Amino acid sequence: MNGRVVTATARRILLQLRGDHRTLALLLVLPCVLLSLLAWVFHGVPGTFDRIGPALLAIFPLTTMFVVTSVATLRERTSGTLERLLTLPVGKLDVLLGYALAFGLVALAQTALVCALALGPLGLDVAGSTAWVVLVALLSALLGNTLGLLGSAFATTEFQAVQLLQAFVIPQLLVCGLFLPRPQMPRPLQLASNVLPLTYVVDAMQQAVAIGGSGRARVDLAVIGACIVTAVVLGAVTLRRRTA
Amino acid sequence: MDPAIELTDLAVRRGSLEVLHGITARIEPGQVVGLLGPSGCGKTTLMRCLVGVQAHVNGSVQVLGRPAGTPSLRSQVGYVTQAPSVYADLTVLQNLRYFASVLGVSRTAVEEVLDTVRLRDHASSRVDALSGGQRARVSLGTALLGKPRLLVLDEPTVGLDPVLREELWATFGALAEGGTTLLVSSHVMDEASRCDRLLILRDGRLLADDSPAALLSRTGTTDMEQAFLYLVRAQAAA
Repeated sequence: MNGRVVTATARRILLQLRGDHRTLALLLVLPCVLLSLLAWVFHGVPGTFDRIGPALLAIFPLTTMFVVTSVATLRERTSGTLERLLTLPVGKLDVLLGYALAFGLVALAQTALVCALALGPLGLDVAGSTAWVVLVALLSALLGNTLGLLGSAFATTEFQAVQLLQAFVIPQLLVCGLFLPRPQMPRPLQLASNVLPLTYVVDAMQQAVAIGGSGRARVDLAVIGACIVTAVVLGAVTLRRRTA
Repeated sequence: MDPAIELTDLAVRRGSLEVLHGITARIEPGQVVGLLGPSGCGKTTLMRCLVGVQAHVNGSVQVLGRPAGTPSLRSQVGYVTQAPSVYADLTVLQNLRYFASVLGVSRTAVEEVLDTVRLRDHASSRVDALSGGQRARVSLGTALLGKPRLLVLDEPTVGLDPVLREELWATFGALAEGGTTLLVSSHVMDEASRCDRLLILRDGRLLADDSPAALLSRTGTTDMEQAFLYLVRAQAAA
């Protein structure tokens, strides 16, 4: 690993993002708008936002980061710049970590905004720990990043990349316990949700809001961390210097 | 001294099709070598073999005395793809600075390159606001940054005006004087006279490997277009 290449790459990606005001606005503002909308929907039903809010607080960073990262990486793959980078003295992991660092910083900004909104004006009731809420949201965003990096390997066009969300993320969303508590789901779906990372993200966030850094939340975070590392490593494997 | 490039029975398969069929050639350092041939003859594939990004390669490809694609070659071989591979949403300077920090070369190298590719006036323009020829020069500039010993340039002069083309060929000549080896592909035969040495490729086979003057006298022709036609007919007759 080469720290110089990682930071130069992260800096370059942030410069590219800075030039794209609309994407930046969508990244930072959209999750806040969606969360506000949700709070409004449940305005007349007390307690519901407190029940669903935490899960969404975890899901929004993951989905937005997934889409942005998969498209950005796909552009790098198709524009020829990735091929050129890989002919230079650059490790595959350096490029991926550069991406993770750049979008991780964006995720940090996004998470700070969403959490400030949820805990402040929207009045999400946090009995647990605010610090843990922020931590889980951040890891969720990082997981979105790294899954997006990996996912882009399975797409050859931007149309495909955008639809990967429906393949990689929506199924996880359906079985993660948000719509129905997991014990009430059919057994095969329960088993499937046991091995899907979003389940742990949502559970960690519910724990963080209700209790804080419980033992269960720590286990969840360890699972999420392992998923992030696995996605980066698999992402590096899918980057090939030699192509047909 | 090791040859800059040494190919022995190089063959490349893409899918079920063989696109290069047993190419053998040896190129000494410090020359401008033209890789000429019609579109689709395998020029880009051959170049990709040299920089180590082509899969399914058979035979031996030695670059600067080491097998192509060896990690230690990555700082010594510069590659410019046919389509400019730079970041369109960054400025010229931001692109050069990024590649400079990736290569670990100083900011002075960036300044030098801006002059070499004549882009100083456009340094703070975004690449997507530049013309095709200017983009091509940004891409070339990034490859010059690390002062590589071998430069592999895929059609670097396409779309450039004649004055600029002249300047670039002069730059290539100067680099070769300094000991750099350049492999420059082109489908424009009249660029051949600017090279020290020519590799002529057709349908994945090497038709000729000679100096421009020797090629003209051997084929009894006065221009490269004619020489190429002569070689094609000779191959068909054989």
